[in-house]
Amino acid sequence: MLNNRDIVINVKNLTKKFGDFIANDNLNFEVYKGEIFGFLGANGAGKTTAMKIICGLSLPTSGELTVAGYNIYKQQDKIKANIGYMSQKFSLYEDLTVFENIRFYAGIYGLSLKIILRRADDLIKKLGMENMRNTLVRSLPLGWRQKLAFSIAIIHKPQIVFLDEPTGGVDPITRRQFWDLIYDAANEGITVFVTTHYMDEAEYCDRVSIMVEGRIEALGSPQELKSQFDVQDMNSVFIKLARG
Amino acid sequence: MRTIFFILQKEFNQIKRNLFMLQLMIILPVVQLIVLANAATMDIKNINLAIVDRDVSTLSRQLISKFEGSPFFTITYRDFSEKEALNQILINEADAVIVIPENFQKKLIKNDKAKLQFSVNAINGMSAGITNYYIQSIILDFNKKIISDWKMPSSELKNMKSINVKFQHWYNKELIFNIFMVPGILVVLVTIMGMFLPGLNLVREKEIGTIEQINVTPIKKYQFILGKLIPFLIISFIELTLGLLVGIPLFSVPVVGSFLVLYGAALVYLFAVLGFGLLLSTFANTQQQLMFLAFFVLIIYILMSGIFTPTESMPDWGKAINAINPIYYFMNAIRMIILKGAGFYDIRSQIFPLLIYGIIVFSLAIFRYRKTAV
Repeated sequence: MLNNRDIVINVKNLTKKFGDFIANDNLNFEVYKGEIFGFLGANGAGKTTAMKIICGLSLPTSGELTVAGYNIYKQQDKIKANIGYMSQKFSLYEDLTVFENIRFYAGIYGLSLKIILRRADDLIKKLGMENMRNTLVRSLPLGWRQKLAFSIAIIHKPQIVFLDEPTGGVDPITRRQFWDLIYDAANEGITVFVTTHYMDEAEYCDRVSIMVEGRIEALGSPQELKSQFDVQDMNSVFIKLARG
Repeated sequence: MRTIFFILQKEFNQIKRNLFMLQLMIILPVVQLIVLANAATMDIKNINLAIVDRDVSTLSRQLISKFEGSPFFTITYRDFSEKEALNQILINEADAVIVIPENFQKKLIKNDKAKLQFSVNAINGMSAGITNYYIQSIILDFNKKIISDWKMPSSELKNMKSINVKFQHWYNKELIFNIFMVPGILVVLVTIMGMFLPGLNLVREKEIGTIEQINVTPIKKYQFILGKLIPFLIISFIELTLGLLVGIPLFSVPVVGSFLVLYGAALVYLFAVLGFGLLLSTFANTQQQLMFLAFFVLIIYILMSGIFTPTESMPDWGKAINAINPIYYFMNAIRMIILKGAGFYDIRSQIFPLLIYGIIVFSLAIFRYRKTAV
């Protein structure tokens, strides 16, 4: 069923080298519209490197990529208008208020002031942050910040949103809430591309790829992978792969 | 245009949040101006003189009293030991030593000539030269008086023909050093601000990682760079205005030129300096790196700019460096405007290089700022 859907990310023979070190070794995969695609791997397996290339933050050494239908070599600006990104490093402005952050990011994506105000209200209401509208982001707890950062990453309703370990250091309840937000986004038709090394989160994805030392070693739905490796949970899949 | 508006709004909000920094940015340079314009003076008012009078005659006392009467000299040592007098120079208690030998008066009367010795501390060649000149002119004066008193009837003196050179100093009639220095120091202060602030701000976004979030948006490179330039251009103008408001009345700087020309020139200059700071920031990944880089460039540019020393007497390679030194051009321009009343046409050979400079560094800054790493 998934195979009939539109391809929004198409990666062919992606290789990235830093000197002699091969961070990404000939990656090939496709991501379909509206799915939640989990990009798994141990620390240093090359997840973030690959994600930065797909987002246009870094150029590949070789390979052909299209994102949201645009070529990453020639149509960077078009890609950037159509994606959202939430980096591993917290990247809202801590010395701006919640509302000022929303207004700034919505503004540079070219939304009109009227739409900005409406979406800001919706967003703040949805997150239940009405009384924090004019609070400096600096003084928000980590969980709130992450939820806010995600909501701002999709404020311009992009085709794809990239999340780089969005739930690192967050408590289990907030993680659950965070995944609710991800599901909401997917239901609105936004493709979610998420890296994580929490294997329970892998179970929430429609499909996952597992990277080991720069290569994709497994790709499929969590169900497929579990039966392929003949184990009960994703954790065991991961451990089997990592041991080689 | 709309995008730039949102960027500027964000930058101003951030500046507003950091009130302490804003106060520092505005108040510190004014304090520096007040202190530096007073301290960094080349006027030599107070020469400490050690005198060894071995003659102890009427004439030697007359000579000494001439030094005592001069506003430029303070006699800090007066005894018979030449060795001790020279030691006074060694320990920085005296700037010059005058030794009047025994039989000074006797020889002068008998032989019509007598010798006396003076030694000047020449660690700073420039002030030694001035000290030397002051001492010589006092002795010359003394000499003339002796000649006229002893040798010539006054009628003859009157008829004596001589060429009398009279100096007239234009633009700074009384040669007041402050008037020359205030515009110069003002230039240095706005330059330091302009060179550091926008660059540091940009590098800070690299450090905290927000630049990555910016780079993933469709924002144009020039929009981002302009967003860093404009707020600090405005702050630099506030700074300049404050400096003029304080400096002009405080040091009675006579402003001959128009403020319109001054601000016009300042706009072109600040564009170049801020652009240069932003260009440097594209080479640095941390604020520390940028500080080091900017200091290195600034010190060379400031010392060569002609703030203290006449650039005309520099060697050719020095002049060649000044060809790409924005401070040099503006240092000339601002003094020409304030002290001579130069108009736009008069400072064209300062303004055009600055304009070209600004366009080049600003374009390079945009070009070097990478949204996509290789």
